[in-house]
Amino acid sequence: MAEQDWKTNRGVFAAVSLPTLLWVILFFLIPMAIVWLYSFGENKGLTEIDISGTLDNYKRATEWLYLTIFGKSFAVAALVTLICLIVGFPVAMAITFASEKWRPWLLLGIMLPFWTNLLIRTYALMMLLGTQGFANKGLGALWEGTSWIKTLVGLQPLPTWEPVQLLFNNFAVVFGLVYVHLPFMVLPLYAALDRLDRSLIEASLDLGAGHFRTIMRIVVPLAAPGIVAGVMITLIPALGAYLTPDLMGGTDSQMIANVIERQFKKANDWPFGAALSFLLIYAMFALIAIQSMRRKVPAVG
Amino acid sequence: MALFARAPIAPLEYSRTLWMRLWVGAVMVFLYAPLVVLMIFSFNDSKRNVVWRGFTTKYYEKALGNDQLVEALLNSLTIAALATVASLLLGAVAAVMLWRFRFPLKGAVDGTISLPIIVPEICLGVAFLMFFAAVGWPTDPVWPFNLGAITIAHITFCFPFVTMVVRSRLATFNREQEEAAKDLGASEWQVFRDVLIPHIKPALVAGALLSFTLSLDDFVITYFTSGPDTITFPVKVYSMVRFSVTPEVNAASTLLIILTVILTFVALKAQGVKAIAETH
Repeated sequence: MAEQDWKTNRGVFAAVSLPTLLWVILFFLIPMAIVWLYSFGENKGLTEIDISGTLDNYKRATEWLYLTIFGKSFAVAALVTLICLIVGFPVAMAITFASEKWRPWLLLGIMLPFWTNLLIRTYALMMLLGTQGFANKGLGALWEGTSWIKTLVGLQPLPTWEPVQLLFNNFAVVFGLVYVHLPFMVLPLYAALDRLDRSLIEASLDLGAGHFRTIMRIVVPLAAPGIVAGVMITLIPALGAYLTPDLMGGTDSQMIANVIERQFKKANDWPFGAALSFLLIYAMFALIAIQSMRRKVPAVG
Repeated sequence: MALFARAPIAPLEYSRTLWMRLWVGAVMVFLYAPLVVLMIFSFNDSKRNVVWRGFTTKYYEKALGNDQLVEALLNSLTIAALATVASLLLGAVAAVMLWRFRFPLKGAVDGTISLPIIVPEICLGVAFLMFFAAVGWPTDPVWPFNLGAITIAHITFCFPFVTMVVRSRLATFNREQEEAAKDLGASEWQVFRDVLIPHIKPALVAGALLSFTLSLDDFVITYFTSGPDTITFPVKVYSMVRFSVTPEVNAASTLLIILTVILTFVALKAQGVKAIAETH
């Protein structure tokens, strides 16, 4: 049924629209506008900021140092998204084709970590990855095992195991982000695969295509909207991630959010931080624009 | 072999093939092993978290005896409760507005309402920091008013999720029910209360749960909006993790994980797994 024109029932329209609109203007648009204005300002003294319309903050953001951090953030986010997609796709497939009895429990298994506190999950992972943690012990045991097998067949044993640094480096950041964002990827993938017409897969298999070929040529194209959704839902928060690089990264694994935070909590350079924030927001908009453009292009083939 | 192959695996039973099972199993281990280890080691009788030295509950006593930690947890729960109630109200009426009415600039309003979901947390945090500084928000009034700034920030990023969930539920509403109620003499308010609200109730439950977890979970935005004397649980845990990793953090974390699991199961009882899954 058609929507009602707002003029036909002004009283009800005012009742349902004003609270939210006021809230959004007062506590979202105005704060964002303040950030935007400050990004054209400069520091005058310790607490005073003069909005002079200068573009210096944006000019500074295009310095090599900040460009590399932006580039690195994109690279890390893209890598994390790719790994999540590769790891998550079979899981989503398994959930889709699981029996009625198992499916809810598998879904729950994916969702429970999603609902668990992010900080706690990051901390738990840090405990596991530390130099004395279980990950290192496991690798050490593998190493000892290989060494033992080598001596068994008469070769020189491997040198003694040195714990590897699994934490406070770029590896840890990627690993941590994958750990945190995997459920974000699996759930939209599952939603898309669940809507798939199974007879198409059966037809493909009947006509002689193998499983891999069927997945690549039938399942993936049909589930493309879900894949795109999953990619966006993973990529956007990964790009703006603060906590994981802050706690698990080393000195060289700063992402853009960490640089923004530093402008406010340590360097006390609010205008520059505001400019970086808006650059990050523009980047998000660009990603979303690319995605919606893709959607409008009619699928060929 | 007879144990495994009760019936031959049909082509589409991907989840019954061995490598799929291994893959899913490995992913589950990946997701849960850190949490399980954390929970086990909260009972470890050792200052350092690495070697098992015997069972103890003394870190639970320590965590519960840590006034700051308990206060932070109470703050977090209060904020989450307040933010949930406000987000439900704002989110539900916004959904009704977008579903029922045609009005100028509708696309822009729709987009703006869902913007807080897309804008990175760090930018939202920065915006609130600047906003509250610019308006000269009082930093230390008495409890619970000192939580005002954080609660406002949380409502802003929680209610769009409620709108999203309620809207998709409203799409399945049969408007003839509304017309029937009106024909039978119900007022606008009665239709809302007795017809519409019962229909969107599952979405309200899901939205409430989503808001509560999102609020309880949030670190970044709270980190930027909290005053010097208002700490929430994630902010407190963050400083504990940052400066010294103690089993106390494990104990406190375990309590929160258990709370999450209980909340999830309450939601399952109310909703069923499938309905919850659809909200994401």
